[in-house]
Amino acid sequence: MRIALFCSLVRTEEKWLLEAFRRRGVDVEVVHDRSTILEVGVPGSWNRFDAVLMRSLSHWQALHAAQLLEDIGLPVINPAAVIHTCADKLLTTAALARAGVPTPRVRIAFSPEGALQAIEEWGYPVVLKPVLGSWGRLLARVNDREAAEALLEHKETLGGFAHGVYYIQEYISKPGRDIRAFVVGGETIAAIYRSSEHWITNTARGGRASNCPIIPELAEICARAAAAVGGGALAIDLLEDPQRGLLVNEINHSMEFRNSVEPTGVDIPGAIADFVIRVVRDGWTAAHSHPLPQEVGRWNGSA
Amino acid sequence: MLNGICPECAAPVPLREDVVLHEFLTCPECGVALEVISLSPLTLDRAPQVEEDWGE
Repeated sequence: MRIALFCSLVRTEEKWLLEAFRRRGVDVEVVHDRSTILEVGVPGSWNRFDAVLMRSLSHWQALHAAQLLEDIGLPVINPAAVIHTCADKLLTTAALARAGVPTPRVRIAFSPEGALQAIEEWGYPVVLKPVLGSWGRLLARVNDREAAEALLEHKETLGGFAHGVYYIQEYISKPGRDIRAFVVGGETIAAIYRSSEHWITNTARGGRASNCPIIPELAEICARAAAAVGGGALAIDLLEDPQRGLLVNEINHSMEFRNSVEPTGVDIPGAIADFVIRVVRDGWTAAHSHPLPQEVGRWNGSA
Repeated sequence: MLNGICPECAAPVPLREDVVLHEFLTCPECGVALEVISLSPLTLDRAPQVEEDWGE
């Protein structure tokens, strides 16, 4: 078996993944995204691989590369359809809502005026997020009208086209932490609390990681959330609402885990490597421990 | 122990024997983000800047 590790940089995660494949006797090759040329519909030298583990840092490049690689018959983990949904916070929220998975309330507007109206109707605070973006970047807790007006003006003036979709999320008064759960093939293999005095708890922003026990409620909501976006190897971020319990906040299709292996004691890269091997051996659906919904298909909409 | 040279501050940057092409590291002297762009000769360059769509 030969796997392509498609990536932008070989970070700690990619080094651990390389080691995990090699420990399992699997040949693995780093394929550098910025050095790659793909011809549409032509396998070329890609036929030396049995699957591709997509680890490109660029959501946009990962999405398009995954689609072309699937089109030449390679299993891609995660597939373009999963990347498409998870890379966009609104599409993720919509997929969770369709599947009945508890998630914070979200309103969308398409102009600063519409966004201000949507925020004022809800009251403060609210959270304003870019639909595209990661690592906690450009999140804003909006505490009053003056801040809302300034932020919306900045987004309209300085933001790119993606900022024209105004994603407004209710503010959840979480207990100084959120939960990051690692879900592979439908199974929640590990989870951490991310704790911070700041309301943004991403470890990329200084949140501290500690082990979070995988109680049945957590495993159940994570399995449903993963299935809602098409399954795969995913990192699911959850908030603890004092009244409603666990709410799925976001889902990441190219998880980082360098801060999570030590506190959980779980071999996360090993679990991802095992999943990739199962996908090659048994197929995408059979590699999952939970059933996937029928309607999750290809990103480009074909059968 | 292998050593690269930081293109920002010229400090020696220690690398493990299992260093790979496109490996990401940080200069211990000046803190700049670096990428291994060649193994032979061992060459480091500044890592690409974070783009708006980068993430996990």
